[in-house]
Amino acid sequence: MEHLNDEKIRELELHANDVRQTIIEMLIAAGSGHTAGPLDMADIFTLLYFHALHHDPRNPDWPDRDRLILSNGHIAPVLYATMAHAGYFPVEECKTLRKFGSRLQGHPHREWLHGLETSSGPLGSGLSQAVGMSLADRMERGPQSNRFYYCLMGDGELDCGQIWEAAMLAGKEKLHNLIGIVDRNNIQIDGFTEDVIPLEPLKEKWESFGWHVQEIDGHNMEAINDAINEAKAIFNKPSMIIAHTIPGKGVDFTERRFEWHGNPPGKGPGDVVAKDKQGEEALNELRTLRGLIKSEHQ
Amino acid sequence: MNLAPLNPKLFDADIEKTPIRMGFGQGLLQAGEEDHNVVALCADLTESTQMHLFRDKFPKRFTQVGISEQSMASVASGMAAMGRIPFFSSYAMFSPGRNWEQIRTTIAYNHVNAKIIGSHAGISVGPDGGTHQAIEDMGLMRMVPRMIVISPCDSIEAKKATLAMAKYDGPVYMRLAREATPVITTAETPFEIGKAQLFFTPKEGLSVSVGIIATGALVYNAVLAAKKLEAEGVGAKVLNVATVKPLDREMILALATEAGAIVTVEEHQQRGGLGSEVAEFLVRTLPTKQEFIGVDDQFGQTGTQDELIKHYGMDVSAIIAASKKVIAR
Repeated sequence: MEHLNDEKIRELELHANDVRQTIIEMLIAAGSGHTAGPLDMADIFTLLYFHALHHDPRNPDWPDRDRLILSNGHIAPVLYATMAHAGYFPVEECKTLRKFGSRLQGHPHREWLHGLETSSGPLGSGLSQAVGMSLADRMERGPQSNRFYYCLMGDGELDCGQIWEAAMLAGKEKLHNLIGIVDRNNIQIDGFTEDVIPLEPLKEKWESFGWHVQEIDGHNMEAINDAINEAKAIFNKPSMIIAHTIPGKGVDFTERRFEWHGNPPGKGPGDVVAKDKQGEEALNELRTLRGLIKSEHQ
Repeated sequence: MNLAPLNPKLFDADIEKTPIRMGFGQGLLQAGEEDHNVVALCADLTESTQMHLFRDKFPKRFTQVGISEQSMASVASGMAAMGRIPFFSSYAMFSPGRNWEQIRTTIAYNHVNAKIIGSHAGISVGPDGGTHQAIEDMGLMRMVPRMIVISPCDSIEAKKATLAMAKYDGPVYMRLAREATPVITTAETPFEIGKAQLFFTPKEGLSVSVGIIATGALVYNAVLAAKKLEAEGVGAKVLNVATVKPLDREMILALATEAGAIVTVEEHQQRGGLGSEVAEFLVRTLPTKQEFIGVDDQFGQTGTQDELIKHYGMDVSAIIAASKKVIAR
């Protein structure tokens, strides 16, 4: 697994910006959906699909591929946008999100879109599925398997008891090729996670369940890459990466506000940017890299 | 409609009795021998669900998840996505009782090949009381698209059903009873998912005035009731419906056409189980008078199997009374 040089980091950051623009465009077209989570996970999804994952967009059924299980299905826009930019399907199709007959169901469904590993929406079930896949892999290939199983979770869904049932089983079975990534953006629908029901001390919780735990800045490509490399190198334990992220990352007026959890541009809080300007403003910010780029020719 | 070959000692007082769940344990072991993709998971009830036979023979293909029925369903989903054929077991009260949503989303909606085994189903678990008497499980599973629902009548049928489930590609739920149950069938009795079998037909010269459609351990009571009705000059046919969903529509329609009156028999709530499945089908094809044997919108309680079956109106005399009532209506 190569280390990231400055050129590669720059390339990944530009991919992440494209992914964010597509997320905004698809949410505007859909008129409903989640904004905060998809935007804050754009860097991690980009690093995975454009660098870390062992996969082939032209051959989604390749048996030796790594598996990416999205547990919090409501951040589907970032999954779809990244997959499209990675070559699984045309980027233009992203605008069919949530429309009747679209392959891009409101929450992902394995049978509708080739390349999805599972169907999710109801929270808390993804980690169990990733555990099941890793166990099945070990039955087939033994403990030396070099296929990796990534489970991406929201922090709010750690409220679900099922997550901890799966955490216990993964710890018991010492699943070295299981890598969990928690989007620690500190928000959920009803407010801040520590107000709804406290999750801290989160690192110690996972450690006490038998996991190797790292805490990182979820917007730093180098940090994400290094954490994944370390997780892969850990023997005899499953790994959890607690990725600290800024909800709504990339667009000033959506950052750090739980009101953007479940609203698309046009339907979010209108106190900073009027509702009818939210879509345009978000895209403008992303396209100009927050005003740094002044013209099309720069 | 041919009579299925059955145990010649069917009407003897000393008929052999074996728990239905035993047939599952033997069937799973054989399925595991026949196909290395068959794997098993259990939630701390390995011996009482009879999975220990498989665990002891194939320890590497068995996963003990602890008392975690919700996670177990989704772990099985993940295994199925990797090409394994997972069977996961607990008591029916907990699986599918506690993990219905995980079964719906990660197995049925996700369309993977996982098998759900709900043991200790029905009211006959007796002394454990109402908390442990799963009498809603078939309704819960029948509602889920793509789900096959199987309720075998004895241990031999449970073994055949287990082997058939392993070969069927898709989600299946099978409920099992705990107590020793009379062995009605033999190795020769046919079993096929989706097919009902004729288990009793009245002697020649006696016209059929009621069709008794039964599932699970109560098929035995249904056959005994039909035999007594015959002695009283009332002709009854008994269908064993091991697959509650999809229903064998051809057999049900033929029986309703011939008899003109139906009694459904199940160790389950009257609402939502076999009786509902039959009524929902017949009302659209051939509206037929029907009586329901099952628990009438109540919870169970502590008692012996016989006490409870009698108290909740599922014994032989209750089936006879329901038959006469539906004929007279």
